[in-house]
Amino acid sequence: MSLEAVFADEPAFVPYLAAGDPDYDSSIEYVEALARGGADVIELGLPFSEPIAEGPTIQEAVVRSLEAGMTPERFFEFVEDLDVDVPLVCMTYYNLIYQYGTEEGPRPFVERAAEVGIQGFVVPDLPAEEAGPLREACDEFGLDLVFIVAPTTEGERLERMMEHVSGYVYVQARLGVTGARDDVSDHTEQSLARLAQWDVPKAVGFGIKTGDHAERIVSAGADGIIVGSALVDIIAEGHENGDDVADVAERLETKARELKDGALRGAQNRPQPEGK
Amino acid sequence: MSSESTFGDYGGQYVPEALMPAIEELTDAYERYVLDNEDGFMDEFRERLADFGGRPTPLQYAEQLSERYDTDVYLKREDLVHGGAHKLNNALGQVLLAKYMGKERIIAETGAGQHGTATAMACAHLGMPCEIYMGETDIARQRPNVFRMRINGAEVNPVTTGRGTLKEAISETMRDWATTVETTHYVIGSVVGPAPFPAMVRDFQAVISEEAREQAREKIGSLPDSVLACAGGGSNTMGTFANFVEDENVGLYAVEAGGSSLSVDEEKGVAPNSASLSTGDEGVLHGARTKLLQDSHGQIMESHSVSAGLDYAGVGPELAHLVDEERVQAVNVDDDAALDAFHRLSQEEGIIPALESSHALGFLHEHHDELGDSVVVNVSGRGDKDLETVIEETSKRDLESAPDLSVFREVGGGL
Ligand SMILES: Cc1ncc(COP(=O)(O)O)c(C=O)c1O
Repeated sequence: MSLEAVFADEPAFVPYLAAGDPDYDSSIEYVEALARGGADVIELGLPFSEPIAEGPTIQEAVVRSLEAGMTPERFFEFVEDLDVDVPLVCMTYYNLIYQYGTEEGPRPFVERAAEVGIQGFVVPDLPAEEAGPLREACDEFGLDLVFIVAPTTEGERLERMMEHVSGYVYVQARLGVTGARDDVSDHTEQSLARLAQWDVPKAVGFGIKTGDHAERIVSAGADGIIVGSALVDIIAEGHENGDDVADVAERLETKARELKDGALRGAQNRPQPEGK
Repeated sequence: MSSESTFGDYGGQYVPEALMPAIEELTDAYERYVLDNEDGFMDEFRERLADFGGRPTPLQYAEQLSERYDTDVYLKREDLVHGGAHKLNNALGQVLLAKYMGKERIIAETGAGQHGTATAMACAHLGMPCEIYMGETDIARQRPNVFRMRINGAEVNPVTTGRGTLKEAISETMRDWATTVETTHYVIGSVVGPAPFPAMVRDFQAVISEEAREQAREKIGSLPDSVLACAGGGSNTMGTFANFVEDENVGLYAVEAGGSSLSVDEEKGVAPNSASLSTGDEGVLHGARTKLLQDSHGQIMESHSVSAGLDYAGVGPELAHLVDEERVQAVNVDDDAALDAFHRLSQEEGIIPALESSHALGFLHEHHDELGDSVVVNVSGRGDKDLETVIEETSKRDLESAPDLSVFREVGGGL
């Protein structure tokens, strides 16, 4: 299924995990648990040593994964080893994409990603201005390049960006870095309103923690919710306590279901315009 | 002066989208106020640099070193700038610019603490609230500067990720900026980061070579044969070189920290040096494409140097480009040679240099016979901040120029 098609019928739940956190085998279990819990797309993080857009929760996940030996090549094997049938998006920083392979530029990375079945990219340190070469490689191999729209993205900038959209738009719900929050940012509704005129799937991320958050955000017009830190927190806690991988996987599945159900409730509360 | 955003293949704006509008706003302000002197910005900047900053700084003939090396050695005395380093040239410029832009709060990273100190001073001087991010390793090895920042009224936020040095401090400051960008200006401390920072910081620092070039003409009667500056991110370097770049007969040497060895430990992700120009390769870090210390996968290495201000895995994109173009020579000296040079300048010329600047002096010592008849060395800062490190590191080594410090042992002060 194409990324865009995922959002067509009902609000999508898009979880994020750092691949290989806290180790390769457990992480496979965790990703599969999220798929069982109702994930519609999964964003898999390939850890980079300088995650400048990440808050403490995901920074720590990155450290765990790198210490357990994650590399770009291992990441591609990881994707091949996964037994899930939802689209996978690779979230990573540009230097890893840029360095991969012998040829200069992003093409070898994209080629390999396409080979293992990845359908798109989110690259937090690559604004539209610098995205040309990656975009070209993505077009060549038929992958989507998902752009982040920030609360500060407005006016002409927003318009220019919307010309480049493919797959879905990642609507950053608040300024700052990733991390689970106890509230829903007012920026969310404003950003969704700003984007309302564009007919592309809008997935909201940054700070979503509960099914109730998911419900509110979807009822405000989001087509999907992206949740990372709230899930990574479960892994971190399980890891610290030395819990069984199966138990942690079950907690993740339960949490996934809570978030997906919240999103579904949100869609019911939404004033449905004709034809959509 | 121009507002280039790329230098050959290097530079660019690899930052989260949330920061892009602020970077566009900054580019606009840089072009109007700095390049076009709108509202007399540059006049005010120059006046404050003189009255508050103590500029111009002398180009001093170094008698003992000249005799020792049989070459005329001139020292550009940036250690005499208020705060004790060239860092104020940039910090004052950016804090003033932030005021012109109507920003309400300043954040900055610091490695050696010199940029943090300069920013804290500029903020106190101009009445701006200020928060500095500093790695915990650097807080421990540059304590005097931490006190100075606090005394000038800045908050100091320790950064505990990674090895706790400059790289982590920059990442953490970028995270703050991504949260507070609407009201806050990030005063980046070197010619690194996304455009327009590399060009803008260079322009604020270019006062060094603007003065030095004139002073050299007066004192030498011609331009110098060689100009030396240490390179961490490369701001004193670019400042010292900027007005000489067009003078093709002037040799320009960027002296990096060779640390304890130029090798790398790929397994541990550690490079025991900070020689990104000499040994790094192209990649993207902290907003720019430049030369980096990275492993074969593109993960950034932990750099090492006895000098906190040079201890960084990246380098300014323009400097990387000038090295590729062979206009600037990238060279390096190791920890031992830098420490030795620290002691030599202190004893022979009565100037205690920063450990960063000591690298440039170490290169002079090792290569004086290849540098022509007249050499300008930028003394980017003074070494008071480094005394604890120097005493500790000296006691571990057998250095030619080190003084006998047994006086401490005799009075039971401990070493
Ligand atoms: C005295 C001094 N010189 C040099 C440097 C290195 O920075 P840059 O390469 O940007 O001049 C520092 C950095 O802290 C410093 O304090």
